[in-house]
Amino acid sequence: MIEVKNLHSGYGRIPILHGINFTMKPGEVVGILGHNGMGKTTLLRTLVGQIKTTQGRIEFDGRDVTFASSSERARAGIGYVPQGRDIFPLLSVVENLKMGEIMRGGESAIPEMLGHFPVLKDLLERPGRGLSGGQQQILALARCLAGRPKLILLDEPTEGIQPSIVDLIAEKLGELKVTLGLGIILVEQDIRFIRQLADRVLIIQKGAFVAEISPDQLYDRETVDAHLGI
Amino acid sequence: MDLLVVLSFEALKAVASLALISVGLAIIFGMMRVINLAHGEFLMLGGYAAIVATKAGINIWVATLLVSPLVVGVIGMVIERTIIRFLYGRPRDTMLATWGLSLLLVGLATTIFGNTTEGISAPAGSLQIGDYRIAAYSLIIIVIAVVVFAAIWAVFRFTRYGLIARSTMQNADMAAALGVNPSRVYAVTFGVGAGLAGLAGGVMAPITGIVPTIGAAYVAKAFITVIGGGPAILAGTVSASVMFGAIDQIITYLSTPVIGEVALLAAAVVLLRFMPQGITGRFFRRAA
Repeated sequence: MIEVKNLHSGYGRIPILHGINFTMKPGEVVGILGHNGMGKTTLLRTLVGQIKTTQGRIEFDGRDVTFASSSERARAGIGYVPQGRDIFPLLSVVENLKMGEIMRGGESAIPEMLGHFPVLKDLLERPGRGLSGGQQQILALARCLAGRPKLILLDEPTEGIQPSIVDLIAEKLGELKVTLGLGIILVEQDIRFIRQLADRVLIIQKGAFVAEISPDQLYDRETVDAHLGI
Repeated sequence: MDLLVVLSFEALKAVASLALISVGLAIIFGMMRVINLAHGEFLMLGGYAAIVATKAGINIWVATLLVSPLVVGVIGMVIERTIIRFLYGRPRDTMLATWGLSLLLVGLATTIFGNTTEGISAPAGSLQIGDYRIAAYSLIIIVIAVVVFAAIWAVFRFTRYGLIARSTMQNADMAAALGVNPSRVYAVTFGVGAGLAGLAGGVMAPITGIVPTIGAAYVAKAFITVIGGGPAILAGTVSASVMFGAIDQIITYLSTPVIGEVALLAAAVVLLRFMPQGITGRFFRRAA
């Protein structure tokens, strides 16, 4: 599904990623763990095309997208739910959902999304900025899924969210992973959430992956301390 | 009573004129945040397009309502692709570039048309109200303003392009991550704003005449109206046009047109002193 080879990127002249390598199969969930400032968000933003690749190669579905624009990658099937959600604040909930599927032809996915996330049904006309953090997170996820991506990049989806909504998101993602064969790259600080969803976990330090562990190893205090020092 | 009707009518015409000359800037500056100091010259180009087309034998309604917006809209898109797109997020550079552009356009117009007033006759004759006669074209300006604002509202509220444009202006990176090409949206939206300025220039040409420097008379009023209107671009432009247009017209009736314009500027200063976010920054926060 996605193959990343020797990926380097950064902000202006400041390099952040130093030779990231990994591959992912369809329907796989890869968790990425690491301290703040280690390059997790930069990696997602580079994969989605918001930050330029300075070296290396990104292949998605057998196609080289290293220098493709963000919109081209989205149309190829890479969805993105950024940290902070980036809901369009002045658009209503239903307009935000329409934006999710705006570049995709065929039948609207909005009824299906409202089926997955019924909490949005009563909020359809409310502006995005009028939603709580949890509601915004659900909307951001539903908006992304409405575009029927093959791979979604999730940046800290549990940040500042109440536990019941975290559970709902985990349940839905687990379900969609199986039913749609959806690939997920999950950047997260919440170890419990990663354990629930991920098939394997990559540890990032100073812009490079330094270890790959299984989610079960996250139950092992020694492993967690060794890789994350927490 | 007849005088009151005529005065109300003239005030409405002033409001409609102000709204028309400001609406293109409301999109380019209010929505896209591009400080376009060449806005007045876009109106000037619209005026010349209408005059040239009419003199070439094209029907005056086609010339003012179709040729002017199309010509200036295309020019606007070319300017966006060649100049403006490199300057997003750089307001000072944008001001300098568009100021230079306005000087260039004035120079070009002077070279081509000379420094004399060109004009076309206002169509539609006059209307009798009691002992008074008013130009029927004034009524048409009011109708055009209403139709233009209703159309813009409907396009931005109900069409696919409107949704994409609004989302792109709010967060271009996120819109791109959903598959939108922001560069294309910016070019089209700038073209729409320029086209609306061209339409205003064409519509105003029969009553004001056109000289190469006429843009200077429009640009300050347009900026004052858009800034005074606040963040909701359409509701803001309409409410500020109502306020400033009415003040201008009432003071003009009581004194002279020059004092009327001074009153308009004074009202803008007072408004922004007490409502720095503009009218819709204080009221109608949810309006479009």
